[in-house]
Amino acid sequence: MGLIYTLNGLYFAAFLFLTSLGLNIILGVMGILNLAHGSLYAVGGFVAAFLIGLMAGGPIALTIPAAFLAAIAIAAAVGFVLETTLLKHMYSRALEYQLLITFGILMFVEDAIKLVFGGESIYASAPMDGMGAMNIMGHTYPKYYLFVMLMALLAGACIWWLMAKTRLGIMLRAIEMDRDMAHAMGIPMRKLSIFAFALGAGLAGLAGAMVVPTTPAVLGMGMDPLIMAFIVVVVGGLGSLKGALLGSVIVGLTRSFTIAYYAEMEMPLLFLIAVTILVARPQGLFGQS
Amino acid sequence: MKYYLLNPKAAAYLVALILLLLLPQFVSGYHITQVQIGLAMGILALGLNLLLRYTGVLSFGHGAYFASGAYAVGLLNMYFPEHFSFELSILAALVVSVIVSAIFGFVCVRHTKVFFSILTLALSMLLFAILEKAYHFTGGSDGIRIPMPTFFGHEFEMRKYPFLIGPYYYIVVGVFSAAVLTMLAIVNSPFGKALQATRDNEVRAEMIGIRVKRHRWYAFVISGGFAGLGAAVWSFSAGHITPEISMWVFSGEIVYMVLLGGFMIYEGPIVGAILFTYLNLYAKATTEYWMLIMGATLVTLVMVLPGGITGGISSLYTLLKPKKS
Repeated sequence: MGLIYTLNGLYFAAFLFLTSLGLNIILGVMGILNLAHGSLYAVGGFVAAFLIGLMAGGPIALTIPAAFLAAIAIAAAVGFVLETTLLKHMYSRALEYQLLITFGILMFVEDAIKLVFGGESIYASAPMDGMGAMNIMGHTYPKYYLFVMLMALLAGACIWWLMAKTRLGIMLRAIEMDRDMAHAMGIPMRKLSIFAFALGAGLAGLAGAMVVPTTPAVLGMGMDPLIMAFIVVVVGGLGSLKGALLGSVIVGLTRSFTIAYYAEMEMPLLFLIAVTILVARPQGLFGQS
Repeated sequence: MKYYLLNPKAAAYLVALILLLLLPQFVSGYHITQVQIGLAMGILALGLNLLLRYTGVLSFGHGAYFASGAYAVGLLNMYFPEHFSFELSILAALVVSVIVSAIFGFVCVRHTKVFFSILTLALSMLLFAILEKAYHFTGGSDGIRIPMPTFFGHEFEMRKYPFLIGPYYYIVVGVFSAAVLTMLAIVNSPFGKALQATRDNEVRAEMIGIRVKRHRWYAFVISGGFAGLGAAVWSFSAGHITPEISMWVFSGEIVYMVLLGGFMIYEGPIVGAILFTYLNLYAKATTEYWMLIMGATLVTLVMVLPGGITGGISSLYTLLKPKKS
């Protein structure tokens, strides 16, 4: 069973990786801890679930890309609107305002979802059922879980390429390192901040879209992933792709194995790990201090 | 004594106290229970503001110390029902919340800014997870019912609701007044001034001999104690406690209260706590989309009224004042 638990852990890690990556980019580039990140995740989830329901009966090779891309696009669009209307005024404000405005956005978006999609849960298991299962060393394992891991790795690779190899990524990292200096060097801060927020939002939307084939889209679905993503950012360190990956794997595996062997300890243990790391190494495992 | 009576602030406090005491004559019992909850939250908000306004760090996990206080009362009732009295509950809540905030605070005060906030949030969620998962001991997500307490050996021979809007209201006003005056004394003491020095310039404060982290820790513990006191008072009005009060969402609401009232003015958080109680109630009673209202209010507040209600009134006052003279 150890193998299955490991796989399940990596599957948790895939979602966490995407969610925390977005959170990390926003925190790194904009300096804002986005409490509304879970709501963007929920937006992606609801959009994807709605589309999958709409395209029921169609080939999953068409349904999946359509649902996922739409989820990314709409979550990013919500992110774009939020940044350009509200968050752009927040960069020079004190921490309490930055946190509270995202807290307000969280409440607002949560109910906006209810308004648009209704309060009912949306079931969208077609892609998972359609993919079927495969046999891994004598255990049946859904193919969709493996697909999710692959997608997360792919997205991670894209982000790595963007951040490490492109001009855009270098400018984003420059902002992360020193905001004032980056500004003085003529980096277009406004455009890049909008881009970073929309990118982070899109990643959260993708994570939300990938989860709905396995569990229905319900109101408040973004709360747990948000807290988990916090832990990953804390464990892995600020502004580090490696950290986000390792942090997700640590949290995912811890979660999967504690659920299997001693379920009551799941959340306490995760927070204990996060707090221990914050105390011992405030910048996280891979963060720059 | 004469000096204190002439002081306009003392006079205003006295008027406010008299109004609070006379309130049951004018409004219905329904409003009394709401004001009561608002006052309990006011004690909590004052505690948070000691950190936010006077120490310059934002705790996003103050629900943890509130929960510590409330669970101290709940567990006291669950395991020692024969000793369940108001005065022991308050004592237990204070002791437990001070111990928990001393442990958590010891870890948190080594950081400032966003790391302080994340750390307090993570620790409050740790407590939440423990409270929810240790259901054999804490009742888990079902929570604990809190019955009416005895008061210094005196048992109230009445039903719960008349008790809450009758004698208990005056007890709450009493505890609240004591808390307001204690906190006022703390922020105006040399200790309070030292805290403000550490907030304004950490390095300079260290240079003139203030032990910055030690002071921040003391402030954290005092703040936690106030949260516990507020929780004890609140738990009897609520009658039922669940681990949700240790969740970060509730901690966010505490910060919301403080900012709604205005954190730059000493009395702001109290105003905010009472207003928040009513706003929350109103939003939940009017529409199922109450989070939309609460969220939109918060966003508007941050955008146009960063000083909160009291800050807004005070700047309006300064705006109008020159025209008069």
